[in-house]
Amino acid sequence: MKIDLQHLVRIVRYGFKNIWLHRLRSALTILGIVFGVASVIAMLAIGEGASYEAREKIKELGSTNIILRSLKPPDETASQQTSYLGVFGLTPTDLWQIRTIPSVEKVVPTWEIKEQAWHFEKSFSVRLVGTTPDYFPAMNLHLALGRTFDQVDLQESKNVMVIGATVATVLFPAQIPIGQQVKVRGCYFTVIGVAAEKSLTGRSESAGFEDTGSDVYIPFSTRRLFFGEYEVNRQGGRITERNWVRYHRFVVRVGSMEQVSATAALIQQLLKTTHKRQDYDIMVPLELLRQAEHTKRIFNIVLGSIAAISLVVGGIGIMNIMLATVTERTREIGIRRALGARRRDILQQFVSEAVILSSSGGLIGVCLGVIIPKIVTRLAGMTTLITPWSVLISFSISVGVGMVFGIYPARQAASLDPIQALRYE
Amino acid sequence: MATIIRMEAVNKVYDLGSVRVEALKDITFFIEEGEHVAIMGPSGSGKTTLLNLLGCLDRPTSGRYFIENTEVSTLSDDALSAIRGRRLGFIFQAYNLIPQLTVVENIGIPLFYQGEAERTIREKSAEMARLVGLGDRLSHRPTQLSGGQQQRVAIARALVNNPAVILADEPTGNLDSTTGREIMNLLVELNHQGKTLIIVTHDASIAQYAHRILRMLDARLYEN
Ligand SMILES: Nc1ncnc2c1ncn2[C@@H]1O[C@H](COP(=O)(O)OP(=O)(O)OP(=O)(O)O)[C@@H](O)[C@H]1O
Ligand SMILES: [Mg+2]
Repeated sequence: MKIDLQHLVRIVRYGFKNIWLHRLRSALTILGIVFGVASVIAMLAIGEGASYEAREKIKELGSTNIILRSLKPPDETASQQTSYLGVFGLTPTDLWQIRTIPSVEKVVPTWEIKEQAWHFEKSFSVRLVGTTPDYFPAMNLHLALGRTFDQVDLQESKNVMVIGATVATVLFPAQIPIGQQVKVRGCYFTVIGVAAEKSLTGRSESAGFEDTGSDVYIPFSTRRLFFGEYEVNRQGGRITERNWVRYHRFVVRVGSMEQVSATAALIQQLLKTTHKRQDYDIMVPLELLRQAEHTKRIFNIVLGSIAAISLVVGGIGIMNIMLATVTERTREIGIRRALGARRRDILQQFVSEAVILSSSGGLIGVCLGVIIPKIVTRLAGMTTLITPWSVLISFSISVGVGMVFGIYPARQAASLDPIQALRYE
Repeated sequence: MATIIRMEAVNKVYDLGSVRVEALKDITFFIEEGEHVAIMGPSGSGKTTLLNLLGCLDRPTSGRYFIENTEVSTLSDDALSAIRGRRLGFIFQAYNLIPQLTVVENIGIPLFYQGEAERTIREKSAEMARLVGLGDRLSHRPTQLSGGQQQRVAIARALVNNPAVILADEPTGNLDSTTGREIMNLLVELNHQGKTLIIVTHDASIAQYAHRILRMLDARLYEN
């Protein structure tokens, strides 16, 4: 066993020697494998990173949540007149009905407008969200400073406000925001809390996932008192749109993940009977998650096929060069056979040379494949995730390619007649 | 003395489809252990063909060939390799060294295929190199050596596995007469140490060293 290992080491060393003798040729030969392996690892890392980001985003929305949003019905967008008042969206009846579904734990309503928030001269365009204290746990929103508003604030319609992380840094760059006043549409609010920055305020903003950093939150009752239920859009002083919306969003919290799909279906049915128009939409983060995973699977299959093709091409390159090598070294083969080498020894020698070629390519490919995602992260700011198994598998495949495509030339070498080989010029 | 090589009615036919070349016809002879035999004959008479058969590089078309009482004609390819590697040493007219390998590495090839340990191979090869007078050229490449020196490497390589029979096909064919004589002296010395030596040659001055001369003519063997 010990001698066998030495034998192998010598074969491999001799293989390296021969490959080194034809450096340029060998380098060109393994290029296919290098790019194949590198692209597989890099693309997997980028794909994995993107899907990780998406998964985190979806998780942020809560995997046991169902999110309903009021929507301006598509057919009414066309008939826009200044006198027109759009009435649509989720209603108190919906709220009440959804709350009666047994699997529903909680329904958190929100009402939202885009407004300018002021602190003295500084201002920032925010999304003002009127909601209940339950919103924070339901949306997995933690505070960095202060407290959220509570039931008492809600009942007494206090003008208190929790501000998002971005809002805090813009309006209060050098101050502790707690206790400060923020003015929105002429009304003053006291800041009682600052939301923590989410771990992933990603740049790749997928549909439906807004950056929560520029949100400000006030009690639902307070916003009704101060802002009413009309939403007026102006453009250059002219009113372009007036809408009456009772709730912009329901965050429906379900007891467990198993109940999410069934509950979502039930809500959909319910809303279909009470709403004549499609003036709402329903988003199930869990289903989006499943979709994201499905997409990833397809991505992986496509990637796998590309990888397979490039590795086969690389393998053919190796086979080609090995056939040339065998022809060039016919005489050497004859000499070795005359000196006692068995067919199997010759076979071993040429297969191991092919494997050395392909696995060197694989190794260089792995290095490139690990570096490229880092560059992508640096330059494009994308999250990339190199999975150990992608490195392992693509490297083993490159080794396998050398074996498979080295066998044929090596058999050619081994089957040479010693006398013919010795006579070969 | 024991018989080490025996051929009985050996024929070798190359069937080239349209023509059949009878390269050896009804060859019968034997060689004793420790003998020095020269094989002479005109070009194309079948000397190399005979030597290839003797060297277990090929099998006869018909007839029987014994080496150390083993019948070769029936052996498997691996068994033939084993005989070549353990019992035989080859010396070629064209030296046939492997250009990528150094002197010691070239000498060590037969041992390598016998599964010897790396250390043993290196030591024995270096010893053989010294024996043929190349102790100071161990890590040279074949291209950095003269013809005579290359043939010495080939002799060292043929000796390294301590073979019973040394087969040489015109070992001095590519060398000038002085160098040729040196090489012959080396081979004769080995023969004196007990190795059976079979040399194919055109050169009568080389053949005169032998105990016995076998002559080939038109694929037949004659002894005088
Ligand atoms: N592989 C082969 N296929 C067909 N014919 C062959 C083959 N090898 C040898 N011969 C023929 O066999 C005959 C003997 O050849 P061989 O090489 O043994 O001659 P030789 O005596 O060694 O000649 P030389 O002194 O020129 O080396 C020749 O006629 C040759 O053409
Ligand atoms: Mg000849």
